[in-house]
Amino acid sequence: MVYMKYIADVVTLEFFQEKCTGCGKCVEVCPHGVFLLQDKKVFITDRDRCMECGACANNCEFGAINVNSGVGCAAAIINGMITGGPPSCDCGVESGSNCCG
Amino acid sequence: MGIEKLSFLPPTAVKKAAGQPVALGDSPRRVFSKVEPDWTWKDYWGEIKCRVSSFRMRYTVNPGLYAVGEPDEASDVFVTANYKLSFDILRRELRGLNAWIIVLDTKGINVWCAAGKGTFGTNELINRIKETNLHNVVTRRRIIIPQLGAVGVNARIVQQRTGFRVYFGPAHAKDISAYIRAGYIKTPEMRLVRFNMLDRLVLTPMEINPAMKKFPLFGLIVLILFGIQPSGILFKDAWEGGLPFLILGLMSVFIGAFITPLLLPFIPFRSFAVKGWLTGVIAVFALMKGIELSYYKSLLPLAAAYIFFPFASSYIALQFTGSTTFTSMSGVKKELKIGVPVYLTATALSLLILIIYKLSQWGII
Ligand code: SF4
Ligand code: SF4
Repeated sequence: MVYMKYIADVVTLEFFQEKCTGCGKCVEVCPHGVFLLQDKKVFITDRDRCMECGACANNCEFGAINVNSGVGCAAAIINGMITGGPPSCDCGVESGSNCCG
Repeated sequence: MGIEKLSFLPPTAVKKAAGQPVALGDSPRRVFSKVEPDWTWKDYWGEIKCRVSSFRMRYTVNPGLYAVGEPDEASDVFVTANYKLSFDILRRELRGLNAWIIVLDTKGINVWCAAGKGTFGTNELINRIKETNLHNVVTRRRIIIPQLGAVGVNARIVQQRTGFRVYFGPAHAKDISAYIRAGYIKTPEMRLVRFNMLDRLVLTPMEINPAMKKFPLFGLIVLILFGIQPSGILFKDAWEGGLPFLILGLMSVFIGAFITPLLLPFIPFRSFAVKGWLTGVIAVFALMKGIELSYYKSLLPLAAAYIFFPFASSYIALQFTGSTTFTSMSGVKKELKIGVPVYLTATALSLLILIIYKLSQWGII
């Protein structure tokens, strides 16, 4: 499989090694293999793979991860720009569209 | 008392009750529906309609507890969204297993999207565990949720408040049986979301559809632009002058919403806007060879077309970021920050060129 990566050096993912206990939760939930557990320590393999979904930060009990999560959906961000609110993707039944598949 | 009552249900009730609540024993709270893992033609047709998303529809299942096969108090519990497609995919992958499914109320949205919005979330899961009385249904305090639900579900809080330990299952439902066989352990492969050509292909109808909805408006503007004369609107001019633009417009939709997503990894550059623009440029050049250069007896409309259509295809391609599994919000924001001013400028510029062309046609300049 060709592994696709998005634009380099833009993601907001932050990892604080000193708070990390090596529990491995982030490794378990990340859909892009951004974290790697080695010798009971966690490392970031490739930040550019991160899609800012927020699953890791949501499940890290020790506050070792910080990420500004949100949907990478152009329509949503344009909506947000127009309304001045947060990005909102109109997925779901009400709008009849389902941008996220 | 309890779940073993299931085996006392008449076979017809077990077999035919797909989607119909079955009450067990005399406790009204232990109500669940029995579903078959096999899809009917209706499910397949529903999937197609849903993927094409050609009309407003509700494609949901009722939140609550469901049984696949003949589950008992030792069976696994899986969690999914009340988007019927998510539910259908899960129950199909549970074929041959005896399991429980808990459907969360995600307002008809799939797991990942709903997790992002928080409807597939910690609170909904906790409430649903309580409402379905799961403590009395199973003895093992384990609940398997789709890995992508981790965006919305905080496993620690769920355990603290319900006693159920959250297991994050594989990213894709099709790995479920392998995951169970491996003793509830995921291989690194099972954690990754894939995004192969077929995955992208099934998403393209949802790109083509909204783009085509805007096409009539675009067509109207083109026909008016080309048809308008000091004496009124000439339909012959509108059609003859506008036709190449209409064809190029269709091409932009096709390139931006279909070709670019399909060939995504093979088009150079990581930016979707650049990918779409590049593919658009190639297509416009190729198509222009077919449309005779002397068609307009002026280079102006051609210039307008060369400027406008690659950007149209770029803009449409950028919309696909919402369907991908690897683009980030920061990245899309960056693309838009640069892209939107460029799109607006290009549109204004090509409009200006067309107006100059019209004025020169009328002999004003
Ligand atoms: S979840 Fe947090 S504490 Fe656990 S390994 Fe990841 S970063 Fe470290
Ligand atoms: S935000 Fe999502 S993609 Fe990024 S590292 Fe965390 S889990 Fe992985």
